[in-house]
Amino acid sequence: MRFKAELMNAEEMRRALYRIAHEIVEANKGVEGLVLIGIHTRGIPLAERIARYILGFEGKEVPVGTLDITLYRDDLTEIGVRPKVRETRIPFDLTGKAVVLVDDVLYTGRTARAALDALMDLGRPKRIYLAVLVDRGHRELPIRADFVGKNVPTAKSEVVKVKVQEVDGEDRVELWEREGL
Amino acid sequence: MRHLLDFQGWTRAQVESLLDTAKVMREVLERPVKKVPALQGFTVATVFFEPSTRTRISFELAARRMSADVVSFTAATSSLQKGESYKDTLLTLEAMGIDAYVIRADAAGVPHQATRWVKGAVINGGDGRRAHPTQALLDAYTLLEALGTLEGKKVAIVGDILHSRVARSNAELLSLLGAEVWCAGPPSLLPEALPGARLTPSLEEALREADAVMVLRLQKERMETGLVHLDDYIARYQVTERRLGLAKPQAPLLHPGPMNRDVELEGALADSERSLVNRQVQNGVAVRMAVLYHLLVGREGA
Repeated sequence: MRFKAELMNAEEMRRALYRIAHEIVEANKGVEGLVLIGIHTRGIPLAERIARYILGFEGKEVPVGTLDITLYRDDLTEIGVRPKVRETRIPFDLTGKAVVLVDDVLYTGRTARAALDALMDLGRPKRIYLAVLVDRGHRELPIRADFVGKNVPTAKSEVVKVKVQEVDGEDRVELWEREGL
Repeated sequence: MRHLLDFQGWTRAQVESLLDTAKVMREVLERPVKKVPALQGFTVATVFFEPSTRTRISFELAARRMSADVVSFTAATSSLQKGESYKDTLLTLEAMGIDAYVIRADAAGVPHQATRWVKGAVINGGDGRRAHPTQALLDAYTLLEALGTLEGKKVAIVGDILHSRVARSNAELLSLLGAEVWCAGPPSLLPEALPGARLTPSLEEALREADAVMVLRLQKERMETGLVHLDDYIARYQVTERRLGLAKPQAPLLHPGPMNRDVELEGALADSERSLVNRQVQNGVAVRMAVLYHLLVGREGA
């Protein structure tokens, strides 16, 4: 793959997440009944950061859970390499809650669909929002995000890589080009 | 891995990856909706040429929890009674489009043979005295839950070692995971050797400082063939509160079931806090979900 451009640096990521945190609280009219669910892998640290920002300006803790959607993927029978199943940890009741699903990139919408199916099996939320750091387009399902850090029109041959300090040692969003396509 | 027949050729990393998946499946079983769509579209057949209740139900539940379709074949109500061979039975099922076969047989090697007859994944649900890999996996999982690690832990397996596929598979698997496995039983019920285990006719030697104790069922037919006398067995090999005192304090107690209370194990111990028997049954479903996932979905990757 060939590096093409930096889409966001650490400061731009921080600002985008801070804005999303404000938008979530505004949409929910406060933090009452609000919970955040990070989708493995990079959605988790992003959800934790949003919760930290909310604690900072609202002074209230918002519970954060983690969700692995592997067992809900619609391509498990087609894939070559078996994906590793990771832990889902939601130590609170989802019923009646306003749930914000947090992921790094929104692309085809299939991950979000799988996450919605998984959440429905875990409880009956009052409503579910979707927050993503980057929306790169190319939806294959009628799904849209409620909160978006940055909209980036991309080609299908391109790859958006979100790097986060907690997993990758740095905060940065990069655009890469797949070669040989 | 395409099949699960025993642990020959398995690496420790592969076993650990499977047990990691079982941990996630355990969490699925605690959800309000205890079901995921991962194996939607797959069909699993339980083919039990030998009777079993818990293993068959555990596998069927595991497959259903993963949204697979399940068909069940039991020898007692089948064309085997009319003289049909194992091979023809499996070929008939194959023609119906089965993706995975869980096979139990009283003859060792039937699941191995089956891999030549069918295209689907074959899981050994227990064959003769040879192997019962999913029982060993659920035992290992239960021990890991209780002890944290198996590295350097002494596990005592007590009872009829000679005829036990559970002992054989556990010796193979637990030693692969770093445990020191001791098998104790009457000399008439001990094999000459067992890969992965140390053998002793001394119950005390096996129990001393053990981190966990696994008790095996004493089968009635062993008494009928004169290999062991019941009173003698109870006097010398029954795991009692007093004898368990030789093991480390709070060492957990396992039994693959079904249990003969007050024969191989003092009845009160079976109900004590040290007994993980019910936990083994619960973990059995999760472990079998993980096995089905690993055999049916994709190929191994990073």
